[in-house]
Amino acid sequence: MIYNIPYFAVIALILIGLYAILFRRNLIKIVIGITLIESGVNLFLITLGYREGSTAPIYTLSPGGIMSMPVPQALTLTSIVIGVAVLALMLSFIIHIYRHYKTLDVRKIGGDD
Amino acid sequence: MNIMDHLPALVVAVPLLGAFLTPLVGKVNDKLRNIFVIFIAGLTCALVFLLANQVFTDPDGIITYVFGADTEDTLKSIAEQGNPLVRILFEVDGLSAFMAIIGSLLPLVAVIYSWSFMKEHTGLDKYYTLILLMTAGMLGMMLTGDLFNFFVFLEITSIASAALIAFYTDKGKAMVAGFKYIVISSIGALFILLAIAIFYAQYDALNIAVIANNIQYGFLDKIALVLLIAALGMKSAFAPMHMWLPDAYGRAPASVTFVLIGTTLASLYGVLRVCFTLYGKNLAATGSNLGSLNLTPGFLLGALLVVLAIITIFVGVFMALKQVDLKRMIAYVAVAEIGYMLLAFSAVLISLYGGTSPNTEVVSQTALKGGLFHIFNDALDIGLLFLVAGAIYYATKETSLNKLGGLARNMKYTTIFFLIGLFAASGMPPMNGFASKILIYESTYQVNPILSVIAILCSILILAVFVKVFHSVFLGPEHVSLKNVKEVPKIMLLSMAIISGIIIFFGLFPDVVVNNLISPAAEALTNNKIYISSILGVI
Repeated sequence: MIYNIPYFAVIALILIGLYAILFRRNLIKIVIGITLIESGVNLFLITLGYREGSTAPIYTLSPGGIMSMPVPQALTLTSIVIGVAVLALMLSFIIHIYRHYKTLDVRKIGGDD
Repeated sequence: MNIMDHLPALVVAVPLLGAFLTPLVGKVNDKLRNIFVIFIAGLTCALVFLLANQVFTDPDGIITYVFGADTEDTLKSIAEQGNPLVRILFEVDGLSAFMAIIGSLLPLVAVIYSWSFMKEHTGLDKYYTLILLMTAGMLGMMLTGDLFNFFVFLEITSIASAALIAFYTDKGKAMVAGFKYIVISSIGALFILLAIAIFYAQYDALNIAVIANNIQYGFLDKIALVLLIAALGMKSAFAPMHMWLPDAYGRAPASVTFVLIGTTLASLYGVLRVCFTLYGKNLAATGSNLGSLNLTPGFLLGALLVVLAIITIFVGVFMALKQVDLKRMIAYVAVAEIGYMLLAFSAVLISLYGGTSPNTEVVSQTALKGGLFHIFNDALDIGLLFLVAGAIYYATKETSLNKLGGLARNMKYTTIFFLIGLFAASGMPPMNGFASKILIYESTYQVNPILSVIAILCSILILAVFVKVFHSVFLGPEHVSLKNVKEVPKIMLLSMAIISGIIIFFGLFPDVVVNNLISPAAEALTNNKIYISSILGVI
């Protein structure tokens, strides 16, 4: 049971993120929801590759024993980098939207400018 | 080193390199930069045609390219040891090559069109960089044989497209459309990543062929299927997840919209790849019985998609009827066209795995060819209409139907191109839309007559929509403000003429296209054993 806690955390993060995206009215909070989902997925990937008592797969002269899988970590790294780019783009959109409409409320934006 | 061996890598590498060289060339001279971008887009297109020729003449109809190692050695070691693959592979089969032709043709025409269309704007270095990045991402999605690679290219495409949709930063609505698109795309991409993680956890592989060979269709695989179809369906605008498309298509510059059609179709390609190749083995598995029907996974998937298809067609057509903005109206028709393709592919699934119709083989092949042909035709027809809408905007600075009128007097060539697009999009002979829609009507009639009745009626409604547009924009009295409208520059007419030429050619000689382009793609879709055995040896 105790080993499944990361998976529950993954599900919780993704659901909280989806809730924020679907029900929050503030654009910044929607973006936070997306980053929460992203953290959940990244945590899932990392958890998949981890084995109890394993060392990080970066040593040439490892202390022995098992190592965690390097591939999910490489995938997570790629995903984090992409996530940063998306986050930056979304925030710059929000800045522009705020300049046009002087609000971040989704109900008030999108009208004629 | 033979350059022909490295075509799959070059197809993605050339636009990628070109994208980052564009700002440097732009420092020298604007005209030189435009020529450079057209050259890069043309080179990409030529490379894709060479690659497609290689694929179509290949005995197996599939080309595998391994990054960072010799292809032959890698495949041999996999066949001998069956070790899990860490290397990134490109697998180009008939379907990938067919989609890549669309994906390279659209940006080429778009950059030619942009020469005049975007001339008065600043920031064009970045604009062209993003267009080429979009091209690279789109082609990567279509060619890759690795799921994680697919995700990366999907994100490249999404980021570049979102930035381009919001090109008119002085308009608030364009910014909102861009924000909507990036939110939708990033949620979709994260779902896809989650599905990829589920596959990796179970099968210790990221390669599509390896996963397709090992897939068990257990509980986790069903979750992954739902995630993939939902995410890719959202990106290819299946109703009720279509709401981003009219905003994105309507607010982006016309040349960007033209390339955006390609990215939407690339996501549709992802849906096909997932349904037919990744889960191909499981679709025919026996399910529970419901009366005389055997509920195989393929039949259930087809039934779900057919409902989505009908909703998509209805939503697209009926929302198009009430629009007053020309570009948004065309965008809703684009939604309806997506529905037609989906209808064809769900007809394939139902007739193959439902087992109710007597001549399954003929029906499924007809539907498949109709659907694939319609992918190309949709890109051309809707693309041409958007180019015309862009030309009208260029000449009048107006897209609202209420403020346009009598343009046929001054813009006679544009009027002709609009007529061609109108007939093609609503499926009138002798245009290409008719050639593919007749295949869809024929095959869906065999599955269920009601489906083809709905499809034909909605086509007529699309015609009604466009006749209304034609009347209010091109005929009728001239508006006072539009007295001095001039025909658009020749280079924009040229790009519209290229597309119109292809439309008429496809409409007059559909057999040539179906036999040379569509058949290999259809073969690649229905037989996923070739895809798997090209990596894992004969199974």
